[in-house]
Amino acid sequence: MCALRAEAAEGLADVAPPDVDEEVWRYSRIAELDLDRFGPSAERPATEPPVDAALVEGAVATILVCDGWVQSIQVAESAVEAGLLIGTVADLEGGSEFPGAVLEAPVDFFGHLNRAFCPEPLAVVVPDGVRLDGPVVVFSHVATEGVAAFPRLLVRCGADAAATVVEVQTSDDVEALVAPVLEAVVGRAGRLRHAVLQELGPRVWQLAHQEVHVGQEASGELFHAGLGGDYARTRTDCRLVGRGAEGRITAAYFGVGSQALDYRTFQDHAAPDTVSDLLFKGALDDSSRSVYTGLIRVRPEAVRTRANQTNRNIKLSPDAWAESVPNLEIETDDVMCSHASTVSPVDADQRFYLESRGVPTAVAERLLLEGFFEEVVEAAPVPAVGKRLRQSLRAKLDRHEVVGSGAA
Amino acid sequence: MSDERVLRITGLRARVAETEILRGIDLEIRPGEVHAIMGPNGSGKSTLSHVLMGRPGYEVTGGSVTLDGVDLLELAPWERAQAGLFLCLQHPTEVPGVSLEALLTEAARAGGRDPDTVRQALITEAGRLGIDEHFLDRPLNVDLSGGEKKRNEALQLGVLGARYAVLDEIDSGLDVDALATVARRIQEATEEDGLGVLAITHFARLLEVLEPDRIHVLSRGSIQVTGGPELAEQLEAEGYVGVLGDAATDEPETLVGLPHAAGFGDDPFA
Repeated sequence: MCALRAEAAEGLADVAPPDVDEEVWRYSRIAELDLDRFGPSAERPATEPPVDAALVEGAVATILVCDGWVQSIQVAESAVEAGLLIGTVADLEGGSEFPGAVLEAPVDFFGHLNRAFCPEPLAVVVPDGVRLDGPVVVFSHVATEGVAAFPRLLVRCGADAAATVVEVQTSDDVEALVAPVLEAVVGRAGRLRHAVLQELGPRVWQLAHQEVHVGQEASGELFHAGLGGDYARTRTDCRLVGRGAEGRITAAYFGVGSQALDYRTFQDHAAPDTVSDLLFKGALDDSSRSVYTGLIRVRPEAVRTRANQTNRNIKLSPDAWAESVPNLEIETDDVMCSHASTVSPVDADQRFYLESRGVPTAVAERLLLEGFFEEVVEAAPVPAVGKRLRQSLRAKLDRHEVVGSGAA
Repeated sequence: MSDERVLRITGLRARVAETEILRGIDLEIRPGEVHAIMGPNGSGKSTLSHVLMGRPGYEVTGGSVTLDGVDLLELAPWERAQAGLFLCLQHPTEVPGVSLEALLTEAARAGGRDPDTVRQALITEAGRLGIDEHFLDRPLNVDLSGGEKKRNEALQLGVLGARYAVLDEIDSGLDVDALATVARRIQEATEEDGLGVLAITHFARLLEVLEPDRIHVLSRGSIQVTGGPELAEQLEAEGYVGVLGDAATDEPETLVGLPHAAGFGDDPFA
């Protein structure tokens, strides 16, 4: 572990910082980032992350992480008996093999930083055949002014295993940088559902990477709610490595103020008969911005691939801005791939229809936006996640309603 | 403001983009009355319904509209609905993700009515229209047949308790049974609740099930002829040309009677 970290730190000198001329950083705000303003967390902070009782209830494990340090791990007795293993990689037997097992090399500069500076990578191991009857919930918090935090989560969902992992990402009102990494692997016929509720404070920069490898006849479902942060970026690589693997990626995001939310997705089909489905839906208010760029890649061996990619954006303000760039790279025949992308204001005909029934304009817009997001909310892996997302969206829409009716 | 109950349209003129479509409409509809407006394509029938509800893109250039003494043209569309006007659309808009109940609950709240009564009102009204209850939780108009959409419009009309309803070609795309059900419900509302109705229709078929007190024939943006129910029979027998003569045909420029046709702006070849 130490060797790996030292190697990563050494390697950093050779890694070029991101450049907006690279396609994957195009439209990003990366040029604004001044890394010298932040420093890695040298010691364990005293802060306990806030927890959500509704999410803890029914969870088989609750883990608290602060500035990338694992503060506490609680696992239900039944889950321990079933074989669920959760710990820092230093504490788990053979744990040092975990980092990099899925993600052989960091995808970018921040991945290198994470590998070099993550104080305590956390591992969740669900052995073959173990089916958890509740989610593993990780509350990952950023508490320290000026910190650069590097949380890392490794998930191994074994063959025929089933697990749900929920990450709640929050922060105090601090200026901070957080670059989390998720490495997950799903064994043959396993099912992993993973969700992120990103609710960082308005002065936090996030640069996240998720790498998920899905095995034969297995399924990996990723869910994301992008609500907070100043600039929040998530790169998701979903690689379907076994025949018949399925990957689903569903996200909702809502920008307010001058927020920028930035998503890069890769649906990578590397085996025959694989299926991927992606749905990203966003609303942009005020002068907020969003970027969605996604690639469906079908490798030569991935015959009979079925892949879909949909990104829909609603602009709630004339100053809001959304970029949506879907891409296909298909290296074999006999595939069914589709993509769709839209950026538009609230549908005028739909709004008029609701108004003509006596609903004020701003309320009509709230109903339409709630309806727009409902499809994503319903894809939440556990009801408490969907409920929390619905509440967060509602709070933003209520705010829009007040601001909106003031302007009308 | 007077307490006289009437939907009064006086000298109403309106345009879409640069084209004047309505050129002086005068109508008075009292509670319980059914008025039919008939007319050839492009005569301004649908424009009238949109102008009354205040749809964006339609500009009123003259005249007035009052609903029981309230100046409608001063109000936003949602306020017109709250004042008691209902527009039954020719093509009800599909609104994915929004249920009928959510819509009507918000409408009740905005109007200061008890939102908790909406569910029961919906169930009662659905019963009268022969609508299955599970239908109430479906997203508005999504994947509904033409007949189901119009029943859905009638359902909303009943729950909202409007005072005046403008029916924009509700007979289009409707099977005979659905038409009879919807028309019967509206007829009952005129008798039970004193609903005033302005039914815009291209065909006399609607008027066989919805008995009009007055029939108005619209052409070239104004009402050319007004009569009793017998006028529908005359139109059926003689057509618009027989009844209106030269006025049955539109001047070429009124062919741009639709908002999307106005998208070319000023003369594109200028």
